[in-house]
Amino acid sequence: MSRFKSRSDFILVGLLRVCAVISALLVSSIIFFLWSETRPVLQTVPLQSFFKNGFWSPSEGQYSLAPMIAASLLTTLIAIGIAGPIGVFAAIFSHLFARGLIRNIYRICIGVLAGIPSVVFGFWGLIQLVPLVNRWHPPGASLLTGSLVLAIMIVPTVALLTEASFASVPRSTLHGAYALGMSRLGLFRSAIFPYCRSGVVTAVLLAAGRAIGETMAMVMVCGNIVQFPDSLFDPVRTLPANIALEMAYATGLHRSALFWSGLLLILIVTGLIVVSQIIPRKLSHENHTIEAKPPL
Amino acid sequence: MKTIRSRQSLLFDAATLVAPLIILCASLALLFPVFVHGITPLSWDFLFSEPLKSGRAGGIGSILFSNALILLVCMLVSMPISLGAAIYLSEFSPKQNYFGRIIRLSLDVLSGTPSIVFGLFGNVLFCRVMGLGFSIASGGLTLACMVLPLMIRSGEEGLRMVSHDFRRGAAALGFSAKSTVFSILIPCAAPSLIAGFVVSLGRALAETAALIFTSGYVDRMPESIFDSGRSLSVHIFDLSMNVPGGDTNAYASTLTLVLLIFIINTVATLIVRHWQIGRNLHG
Repeated sequence: MSRFKSRSDFILVGLLRVCAVISALLVSSIIFFLWSETRPVLQTVPLQSFFKNGFWSPSEGQYSLAPMIAASLLTTLIAIGIAGPIGVFAAIFSHLFARGLIRNIYRICIGVLAGIPSVVFGFWGLIQLVPLVNRWHPPGASLLTGSLVLAIMIVPTVALLTEASFASVPRSTLHGAYALGMSRLGLFRSAIFPYCRSGVVTAVLLAAGRAIGETMAMVMVCGNIVQFPDSLFDPVRTLPANIALEMAYATGLHRSALFWSGLLLILIVTGLIVVSQIIPRKLSHENHTIEAKPPL
Repeated sequence: MKTIRSRQSLLFDAATLVAPLIILCASLALLFPVFVHGITPLSWDFLFSEPLKSGRAGGIGSILFSNALILLVCMLVSMPISLGAAIYLSEFSPKQNYFGRIIRLSLDVLSGTPSIVFGLFGNVLFCRVMGLGFSIASGGLTLACMVLPLMIRSGEEGLRMVSHDFRRGAAALGFSAKSTVFSILIPCAAPSLIAGFVVSLGRALAETAALIFTSGYVDRMPESIFDSGRSLSVHIFDLSMNVPGGDTNAYASTLTLVLLIFIINTVATLIVRHWQIGRNLHG
């Protein structure tokens, strides 16, 4: 290693590299340990029976995860459907229109929301929101309540990441659009959106990743009944909630099946993250060919 | 055509105003009940006395103490590793480097990993394989794994903001890599490094799911870090889900947790603002 002047430099860089390798190995060791605990159940239960329509009753050897996967996907999709537009419009508001005091109030709100622990969201949902939904349509703890709580939780993620992506709009484009006297809609559609399209998609994907792994709040407000919901008001149990509820007493294959659902979760999230990193590269080629359309 | 345009435009303007209003209402609706119901039972006595009758009565003294120990273990382990990794990523591995790219991708995956998965991992590795059982040490180590990506990212960004002039100056004076790192890079990036640590502390304090199966449920005063200890967030969860009649103390504990996190995040913001990160470093 001739590029280092001394022995101590060589040792230092070696140590730094060890730190970096430890952090990088963490993901693979998480997957390794989850896999080693998962193996027993995969060896005895055929793979497709986890995803087929069936019952989750580990004491009778029935391990269908399908209702819980469906519940996780549904809560996440509804939450994204609510929080996505709100977050994107809030980011537009903060970036383009809010000034001074109003902008500061908005910033504080988003900051506070982003910092609140998930157990507090869950507690609030349990004490305030569940009785409210119950008065409208019993039992209260339901798919709808879960999705609403989840939506509030991921709004800051969408809003902050979207606003960060607005920074990539060149100043000259923005100034040109202002000079043309465009409406706010025109300004957004022709000057901002073409540059930050991938940013918005990334924001939504990362928020979805956070939503699908959310545990404590979902345990507290979803009702925890393993079933395919017939309506928005049916109680459900999500995949992470199932782990949190049953890990305490699970043994043998049951415990192994819970680790299998944990492994599924990390695989889903990894997929979302990899896609969110590929998308900007695909879309960035289009940016150069888009020219600001003149307003009609 | 004209009318359609302006109607669309009007809708767009309305949406940009309604969205932040919804966020404002949601945060008020969330915080207002917590403050109103939490402020009455909250007192010094509540903060420092032990919980009685599984938390229905008494305070949260032992829980705050356990939580502080968990955070201490977490920070002691994660700070040196993340500092080392951040320095390595920003100084010794170019952005296109294959090795650096793999590390960055795995950090991205790590930061997206659900906290319950960290709980499972910690349960196997720290509680079983390493034989620590349900203990404060297991919980702290699990949290350390969880905050690592956040700390490394903020540390790396802080180091990247240090002007290249300083590095060139150091090279011109014939500084070794060691003295460049310890007498120039770390002092220059200190504010953002500290801010990153403080933000991570808040994240670790907020965590519940990773702790249930690692640090456990015991609400007594811990005697060492190898005892089980309940964190404040787990206490809130337990009071609201498993203890009938625990709502009053759950509100007070929630208010304590929210206030602590608010203080921690404010400190992080003040550190960033006080040193005006980014401005004087680019000089």
